[in-house]
Amino acid sequence: MDWLQLGIGRWLHVMAGVLWVGLLYYFNFVQADALKAAQADGTAAGITKHVAPRALLWFRWAAVATWLLGAMLLGDKLDDAFLFKEKAYVPIGVGAWLGTIMFFNVWAIIWPNQKKILGLSPATEDEKARARRSAFLASRFNMMLSMPMLFFMVASGGLFRTTLFP
Amino acid sequence: MKNPFDSLLGTVLCGLALTALLYALVRSVTGA
Repeated sequence: MDWLQLGIGRWLHVMAGVLWVGLLYYFNFVQADALKAAQADGTAAGITKHVAPRALLWFRWAAVATWLLGAMLLGDKLDDAFLFKEKAYVPIGVGAWLGTIMFFNVWAIIWPNQKKILGLSPATEDEKARARRSAFLASRFNMMLSMPMLFFMVASGGLFRTTLFP
Repeated sequence: MKNPFDSLLGTVLCGLALTALLYALVRSVTGA
């Protein structure tokens, strides 16, 4: 069953991760500034009604798929990685922790606040303003964490591992 | 002081710094 866990599983993990982090980069590199410009000329609804809810749907469920597939890849080495039990698993353990913090941010901070911003859960204008700031900062925090997370993910296998952690 | 997360460049620079810091830390822990 290694081909399923380590072969197909790794491929699916990377695809789900590209969807998750790709949308995170879309929010940070494109949508944040686009929304400001759209609010200035009164066309923000196009983004907030039609683009953001769809992007957030794929974003949060891609995070779930990525995390679960990552856990499946680690298999019985999950505790070795998360608890840094073996030196060989420290790099992937750091990547796994960073990914887990990002996953927590998506479901515990970004999504609940986005629901208020998009009007999917009740909120006053004041609460919406605070939710906007919280979601923005959590998204930027995840953007920052994604850089070392991706570094440790790619540095934990094959030639990259022997080069970076000889 | 301005929050570095308010700009994309500030966020990317924080990400680079954190990557370098964690890399150095992991190398020292693993003795690599």
